[in-house]
Amino acid sequence: MARQSKPTMSRALQRRENIAGYLFMLPSLIFFLGFVVIPMVICIFISLTDANMNSSGQFVGLSNFIRLWTDSAFLEALKNTFVIVIVSVPTVCAFSLWVSSAIYRMKGPVLSAFRCIFYLPVVTGSVAVTVVWAWIYNNYYGVLNYIIGPKGLGLIEGRINWLGDPKYALGCIILILFTTSVGQPIVLYVSALGNVDTTLIEAAQVDGATDFQVFWKVKWPQMMPTTLYILVITTINSFQCFALIQLLTKGGQGTNTVMYHIYWTAFKLTEQAGHFGYANAMGVVLAIFIGILSAIQFKLAKEK
Amino acid sequence: MKIQSGNSRAYRFVSIIILVILAFLFAFPLYWIITGAFKSGADINETTKVVWWPSQWVGDNFAALFKKRSAPLWELAVPFSNWFTQDGRLLYWSVGPAAPAAFRWLINAVFMAVAAMLLTCGTAAMAGYALAKKRFNGRAILFSLIVCAMALPKQVILIPLLKEMSSLKLYGSLWAVIFPTVGWPFGVFLMKQFSESIPGEILEAARIDGASELKTFSTVVMPMIKPGIGALAIFTFINCWNDYFMQLVMLDSNSVYTIPLGIATLQAETSTDTGLLMAGAALASVPIITVFLIFQKYFTQGIAMGAVKG
Repeated sequence: MARQSKPTMSRALQRRENIAGYLFMLPSLIFFLGFVVIPMVICIFISLTDANMNSSGQFVGLSNFIRLWTDSAFLEALKNTFVIVIVSVPTVCAFSLWVSSAIYRMKGPVLSAFRCIFYLPVVTGSVAVTVVWAWIYNNYYGVLNYIIGPKGLGLIEGRINWLGDPKYALGCIILILFTTSVGQPIVLYVSALGNVDTTLIEAAQVDGATDFQVFWKVKWPQMMPTTLYILVITTINSFQCFALIQLLTKGGQGTNTVMYHIYWTAFKLTEQAGHFGYANAMGVVLAIFIGILSAIQFKLAKEK
Repeated sequence: MKIQSGNSRAYRFVSIIILVILAFLFAFPLYWIITGAFKSGADINETTKVVWWPSQWVGDNFAALFKKRSAPLWELAVPFSNWFTQDGRLLYWSVGPAAPAAFRWLINAVFMAVAAMLLTCGTAAMAGYALAKKRFNGRAILFSLIVCAMALPKQVILIPLLKEMSSLKLYGSLWAVIFPTVGWPFGVFLMKQFSESIPGEILEAARIDGASELKTFSTVVMPMIKPGIGALAIFTFINCWNDYFMQLVMLDSNSVYTIPLGIATLQAETSTDTGLLMAGAALASVPIITVFLIFQKYFTQGIAMGAVKG
């Protein structure tokens, strides 16, 4: 009797868990499936067609993807995107690690003040940040030219047209992106540094380890999960850089990025309203790149 | 006790000086927005020197911003009424008086961010609890789907989302921004991390006492994951408010613009009127910064916790 009733009990229990579990999941699943998963699936389908704004187009196989590798505008956008990622990800990580290790032992209010200030550009929002930086960079009225110009530090003569010159434009955008990217990593690193096991640090110090050794041998390994998370979110953020481009240069002066190019192809290319199929193919390629990079970062972090 | 060597004390001193300089640089754009919003045209267009502090605080820029465009202060639509009307337009219960469009944009942004926040917190709290504590079939698959989706850039699905919204006749309404925000799985992930820490014995005890699933959730689980919900609420609010890309693609008229989007459209047409743009930027950023400063404690705890455990 007891032997028979046990499996049926657990089956009833399992059913109960199933029903309760899915009922609790249901509201969230409706939104998640409806507005994330289904669009993702449709995205792949559209990328295999020549759809535009008015028609759903015909199946064209992989020709959109093949066309991408001969499209010089796309390749340039891809190159710029990689430049942004390669420059900003390591600098954001290193900078936020340095700032966090300098501030995490400070007293409560001082620590929160610093943390808030470095988070400010994130909260201010990309539009407000972009509008004010456009003014700072302005050729004639901008404060940057004044500060480093003859009347300020005297580093340059005359004026530099920061956003209008292909030599500087991408660098200027990376700088703004940098200020809006370090906020979250600093918050995360401060909390990770605070959670490092202090007994290990003390043990290392008793054994005569220098501050530098304590950092690399004790703290750094313990912060690996945080570093990994920061690498992934910063990479995704850098790939997504859009508002800065759209509001400052409209992709000109050598600042076109894949994200902006997708938007432009889908909505702004005038010869034929909306190259949806082609733009979606770019989206799929971008997603694949991000997926590969995230996977590599996970793998590297695991090995360490 | 460790005795600090002179070398490391000097390092600390230098690093604090660098930190303070950096802090000034990071705060500068915001300072520049706020002072710029109150500067006179002469101060702003001064090219021979930089006006660090307004020579005189004026409200001209705000006056110009409010005069620029107008929109009804509010429009309460009958949900989905555009499915049934002949011309495909919404029916309105009530339409407010004409007001400066910037006010309407503020109201829209607040409505959008609050609606997204409430929906996200409600759905994510339940789903996170189920993923952490309910052993239902398919749980592992669902969870890995959620983690994968989190790594994808939202913008990739933009075109299908746009088509979906227009076939649901939601394109051009704030809901077209709200629903995808709610669907974004970060919230579920965060709430799962928080729910993991609920002891199983407490849930067991509630069940033995005869509490229903819903009762257990509302009286036992909810109080324990409150800090997580607080963090998620503020996180969603800020993200939704600042999600310029989604707003740009989904919203198409003065009466549905949000304040960031409205300022961006003004920038596109009057990029020379810096004072007006700064007034707009101040209006777009000061409310959200205030919200952030009030709740920053929950926020910093929350995002740290979600990541450390993930």
